[in-house]
Amino acid sequence: MSKSLTPRVAVNVLLVLLLALVPVYAALTGSTFAMTLFARIMIMALAALSLNLIMGYGGMVSFGHAAYLGIGGYAVGILAKEGIASGFVQWPAAIAASALYALVVGALSLRTRGVYFIMITLAFAQMIYYVAIGLDRYGGDDGLTIYRNSQFGGLIDIGDKTVFYYLCFALLMAGIYAVWRIVNSRFGLVIQGARSNERRMRAIGFPTFRYKLACFVIAGAMCGLAGALLANHTSYISPAMMSWTRSGDLIVMAVLGGMRAAFGPLIGAMTFLLLEDVLARATDYPNLIIGPLLLIVAIYVNGGIDGLLGGARRG
Amino acid sequence: MADALLEVESLTKRFGGVVASDQISLALKHGELHAIIGPNGAGKTTLIGQLTGEIAPDAGSVCFDGRDITAVPVYRRSALGLARSFQITSLFMDFTALDNVALAVQAHAGHSFRFWRDARRDRALREPALAALAGVGLAGRAHMTVADLSHGERRQLEIAMALATKPRMLLLDEPMAGMGPEESARLIEILRRLKNTMTILLIEHDMDAVFALADRISVLVYGRIIASGDPDAIRADVAVRQAYLGESAGAAHG
Repeated sequence: MSKSLTPRVAVNVLLVLLLALVPVYAALTGSTFAMTLFARIMIMALAALSLNLIMGYGGMVSFGHAAYLGIGGYAVGILAKEGIASGFVQWPAAIAASALYALVVGALSLRTRGVYFIMITLAFAQMIYYVAIGLDRYGGDDGLTIYRNSQFGGLIDIGDKTVFYYLCFALLMAGIYAVWRIVNSRFGLVIQGARSNERRMRAIGFPTFRYKLACFVIAGAMCGLAGALLANHTSYISPAMMSWTRSGDLIVMAVLGGMRAAFGPLIGAMTFLLLEDVLARATDYPNLIIGPLLLIVAIYVNGGIDGLLGGARRG
Repeated sequence: MADALLEVESLTKRFGGVVASDQISLALKHGELHAIIGPNGAGKTTLIGQLTGEIAPDAGSVCFDGRDITAVPVYRRSALGLARSFQITSLFMDFTALDNVALAVQAHAGHSFRFWRDARRDRALREPALAALAGVGLAGRAHMTVADLSHGERRQLEIAMALATKPRMLLLDEPMAGMGPEESARLIEILRRLKNTMTILLIEHDMDAVFALADRISVLVYGRIIASGDPDAIRADVAVRQAYLGESAGAAHG
């Protein structure tokens, strides 16, 4: 809350400015490539942000988080295929379906912990993945092309790349702000207390399970929204968007950027996806470089990239 | 039994072939400080676990304020006014001292499905928490993280957290464990002040503390209470001297 210009504040402000100016750069150069890439970065950052809420603040390491991206995306894709193009129907459906899935998975998994929790969340995500493969009407293994973006009745036209970009930008900023408010609220302190020492939380009188479940559902809903954005971004859905490697990518983004840092998921998603993009053009084996790099960050940098900016964080 | 706040009746718990609690019966009157002593492995922690609800007894019952709470879950016992401190300090290490106590206050300030307001600026939580910290002499440490507090300060913080829940009864599980003589003396003073304001069950190894504070003492050996009475009676009890005080007095005072 201090008003002094710490390195962290400076970096975060620059980051927001950079994101805000990408469409200007695109307009000047006449190339939409950067805008497409950065819209994708912001969508994945929103997904990583929701993971950071449960994993970073709540200590719940979900290894099936890409399932929410898939559910959100398929909600949009399936409704589009069935002729319901209204975003006012599609997006709430994406959010509600993801929240419902989170409620079921959370109710069954949150009584376990550690590696069991990781395995259960992974197992559920794999189940959804194979369900998607089995949906022959919606493309099965090959996926489904979405021929018409979500329609918002003339309010905004997300078919326009710049409009869509700024919508992603606005939703990501709203998401970062909301998570920051949540984790410092009474609810957020209960979640963080449960991460720190759940046994003690119960001893002082908190029924921790229901709070953790609520947090799980909030994160699922937020990631479902990211899925709806992703489907509109690529105009295409497929089971690959929820494969377990995607869940792994999201964990990497959250850890890389710095867990429990407000802008950590954005920093992580941006670093990861930019590296991937640059290296994919420079070499045939980008993972050969990304892998060791992650290892170095995991071993030597406590608190991810955000941790490099120094200073004590609250919470 | 109107004058008993806590009543334990024939509490029994077995772990395999070991009888950790063997037909334990106890009654604590309002305002009393009742100490339980016993050698290592006597079943003291198992007993406190059953009182707080973390361990389910095989037989017997626990009544609090006239209500059978044997099957009541941990978090709800806390809401009824039964607070505990842990033998091994069990705190939120990455939180500040004040955050720790404020969480305890929050636990008893209605539900926590409040998602927006900054809880660290909520005076309804911070002020009682600061008061509880001051009560155990930690006001000056409020904004330090627990990881940076000394062992003795963490034990004091344990008690501040238990107090912050405004309990009607305090279960203290070896609050002096691992403390130096000065820290112990300070804690004895704190407990002496507390003792007039609430009912306390004290489980403790430190004989000086027990005999200085207790109104009544029960001696637990191999899961069984072999004697119960005021400090003078316990000191004079032959069975107790043989079973416990005689063999460990040297160590306890060493």
